[in-house]
Amino acid sequence: MANFDQELDATGLNCPLPILRAKKALGGMTGGQVLHIIATDPGSVKDFEAFAKQTGNELMESKEEGGKFLFLIKKA
Amino acid sequence: MSDEKKLAIIATKGTLDWAYPPFILASTAAALGYQVQIFFTFYGLQLLKRNLKLQVSPLGNPGMPMPMAMDKWFPVLGTAIPGMQSIMTMMMKSKMKAKGVASVEELRSLCQEAEVKMIACQMTVDLFDLNHKEFIDGIDYGGAATFFEFAGQSDISLYI
Repeated sequence: MANFDQELDATGLNCPLPILRAKKALGGMTGGQVLHIIATDPGSVKDFEAFAKQTGNELMESKEEGGKFLFLIKKA
Repeated sequence: MSDEKKLAIIATKGTLDWAYPPFILASTAAALGYQVQIFFTFYGLQLLKRNLKLQVSPLGNPGMPMPMAMDKWFPVLGTAIPGMQSIMTMMMKSKMKAKGVASVEELRSLCQEAEVKMIACQMTVDLFDLNHKEFIDGIDYGGAATFFEFAGQSDISLYI
């Protein structure tokens, strides 16, 4: 797993909370920094793709590991 | 910022289940960079109350799953049993909590944090003899023309 600057634990949270928490976390970061998100909502896979596409932040990685969904988003 | 996308929503329903679509869509759109306005009218005004007492009703709602397949054994009448509404509301709330679904209060304050503009329909506030003190702070009061001022230049308009 690549390096990241901040981690967001969104396990147990359902739509739209993982996206809203990620947005908030990114708001406190500077451009180029990477946010690592851990989620359990299966819907978050598609949602983070859509979030990245619409906000211009880069979804560097999206994978499933032991029933958890892990994302790396680089702030634009 | 005129290049910002805009979402206009009319919220007309005052039940626990129907409280979700406007607040989920508004908060998410705001997170995606949309400018958002919600116009609350008729029963939708309930969603702006300081103390939310929202309930779900199985009555006249054949799509709602009922405990112990009650809807199958006692169709229509089963949903009208006194107390059924409170039971269904309790069950819905505990299920939502168990599944990590945010409360309406939480989504509403996330909307406010994200600067979603909320407008209460003044005509229906008067119609139902409601008082501005019953509503949360930070909302505006207006009429149909106020809604169109924003909706007229929005990219998406939803009636919920």
